[in-house]
Amino acid sequence: MLAVAVGSILFFGLPLGIDFKGGSLMQVKYEAGVPALSDIQTEVASVDVGTAFVRSSGENAVSIRTRTLTPAEHEAVLSAVSKTASTTELAYTSVGPALGSQFANKALWAIFSVMFVIVLYIAFAFRKVSRPVPSWGYGLTVVAMLAIDIIVPAGFYAAYCHFTGAEVDSLFVVALLALLGYCVNDVIVIFDRIREHLARNEKLGLKESFEDTIGKSINETMTRSINTALTVALALLALIFLGAPATREFSIVMLIGVVAGTFSSICRSAPLLIPIAKWFAKK
Amino acid sequence: MTRYRVFAAIALIAGFLLTYFVWATETNPYSNYHFKLGLDLAGGTELVYKADMSQTAAGDRSEALSALQGVIERRVNLFGVAEPLVQTEQASALSGVTEDRLIVDLPGVTDIKAAVAALGQTPTLEFKLATTTRVGTTTSLVYVPTGLTGRFLSNASLQFGSGATAGLAAPQVLLNFDSEGGKLFEKITSEHVGEQLAIFLDGQPISEPVIQEAIAGGQATITGKFTATEARDLVRNLNFGALPVPISLENSSAVGPTLGAAAINAGVFAGIVGFIIVALFMIGWYRLPGIVSALALAEYLAFMLAVIKIIPVTLTASGIAGLIISVGMAVDANVLIFERTKEELREGKTPREAVHIGFSRAWPAIRDGHLTMIISGIILFWLGTSIVQGFALVFVLGVLASFISAVSLSRVFLLAIVPETGEGKWHFLLGSGGRNS
Repeated sequence: MLAVAVGSILFFGLPLGIDFKGGSLMQVKYEAGVPALSDIQTEVASVDVGTAFVRSSGENAVSIRTRTLTPAEHEAVLSAVSKTASTTELAYTSVGPALGSQFANKALWAIFSVMFVIVLYIAFAFRKVSRPVPSWGYGLTVVAMLAIDIIVPAGFYAAYCHFTGAEVDSLFVVALLALLGYCVNDVIVIFDRIREHLARNEKLGLKESFEDTIGKSINETMTRSINTALTVALALLALIFLGAPATREFSIVMLIGVVAGTFSSICRSAPLLIPIAKWFAKK
Repeated sequence: MTRYRVFAAIALIAGFLLTYFVWATETNPYSNYHFKLGLDLAGGTELVYKADMSQTAAGDRSEALSALQGVIERRVNLFGVAEPLVQTEQASALSGVTEDRLIVDLPGVTDIKAAVAALGQTPTLEFKLATTTRVGTTTSLVYVPTGLTGRFLSNASLQFGSGATAGLAAPQVLLNFDSEGGKLFEKITSEHVGEQLAIFLDGQPISEPVIQEAIAGGQATITGKFTATEARDLVRNLNFGALPVPISLENSSAVGPTLGAAAINAGVFAGIVGFIIVALFMIGWYRLPGIVSALALAEYLAFMLAVIKIIPVTLTASGIAGLIISVGMAVDANVLIFERTKEELREGKTPREAVHIGFSRAWPAIRDGHLTMIISGIILFWLGTSIVQGFALVFVLGVLASFISAVSLSRVFLLAIVPETGEGKWHFLLGSGGRNS
């Protein structure tokens, strides 16, 4: 799954939207049905605004993306598209290129700092657990899993963008960051159980292999992991099918991430922790 | 047990009161606690201007920015918008260069062009000393900023002076500085007698009088080459506020009212349906605790809505999405606790004991999980743009509220119901899924 996701990102690429690169995006409603998109493109091209990308967006509406427009150019494009049909502008956004690249920077920083802070927090929260894996080992495992947890939905979204013409916007970054929070929570529940078992075994003097402890912990928390994922997925499905179009793509990314994240915390936390444990056992 | 029943009753009454508050304030048109809708829901225009501070000393930046804010606010008020919002932002980019921005929100205005035109007409007024410098053999004229700008202007007026040109009275613009500006003007004029003090309007020199003597009293006249109409416009624009620093439009966005209204309806509908499905799932799977958690979830929602109204949090489409997702996540703590309770029950504990232990054992996981979610929410908020902050704020509030509602509310409710000694039916009621116990 990871390979497919990475492949998809590399192959299709993640098309960055105006939030990152700067540009203008207008959403125009055609009162009497949308004409052929290529016709709209020709109409826009009559104004000197560089290349315009037109795609349908919602009922009887299209979105037109161009480079950053001045207010006058914006007017010109609007009057160009309303020459042959009656149109209303539903929404217009224009982002200067400088602000766009600044946001891209911030977004990357935010993702990395969230991961970093999470390692620190987990190392701290599990500080009393040091055998057979040191507490920061849990932190590193979590980060490895989190990386997977955001690569999978990103890969999916790359393919989605390729086929629908959607673009990466700021809500996509929001979805990834919210997913980080959600998936950490998921892994912590499993690790918490491991922590509890280890403490109890030590207290009662029980000998149990680390593999068994992990297996037991994952089994015991599985129902909870699945049920929580289900409730979040139900809320997301409601958003996808009934919610505002503005948050639909965001919800789809979240849904993929929640499903993949639950799957990965159930299936991957053990395979990742055991080699670390073995490596420390050898030392 | 009686104690928990009292708590539970109080919690229920509080829940009803919160729900009533949310409902009553929304249906009462005169209430101060209506939901505050973001521009993407209510419709409106957002303009982001970048302030050019390259000519401003680093220490004066904040002051210049707040002066700029005041000027733009006056302008916006003139534009006739209900509840406009002018904010400043001093973003220090990672490169270490600080950028000063002005964010202007105009609810209900969808004509960007008109808005930009109305705000953009504001002139920048600067006073610069003209000095000649010699580089090699060429002499060039350089204008040195004096620090005296339109920021120090208290008002401007039009007058017709008895110009030297025969007969015709030339239109003049009389500038009245505020006390600080007057002192600055006096200082400049006394130190540079005989030099030219150029007056720049929007970056162009309009008049370059020679300083004859120190001028006290804080008044200056511009005798440019204007027509009477130009002079009148200039006076009007200066009185609306001369900009202390030049600004340029960086971002703009406008949302029409229809799109916003559709987004609200869709969001509310998705929220209601999402809540009902999650509640039904919880009741179907967890039986009695499921009912308790559905109740706690309802209280959670009422609490969240009330908090959003009281703070007030500006709701955006992404904020509504955040709220709906948080409904799904809020039951997580309950799920953890109920699963734990069930396990304890299977190990032979009495129902009440099982509930107690279930809560205390699930606590560390709930605490660690919620804290990490709050951390990522705070970092999200730092990301900054309004669409992201709308989500982040609701997300963090939601996690905090679910922390409280899931752990304390469902605990109180369950302990108020589950008896000390239980028979078989309690094993069923606290069980889950298709099983009998």
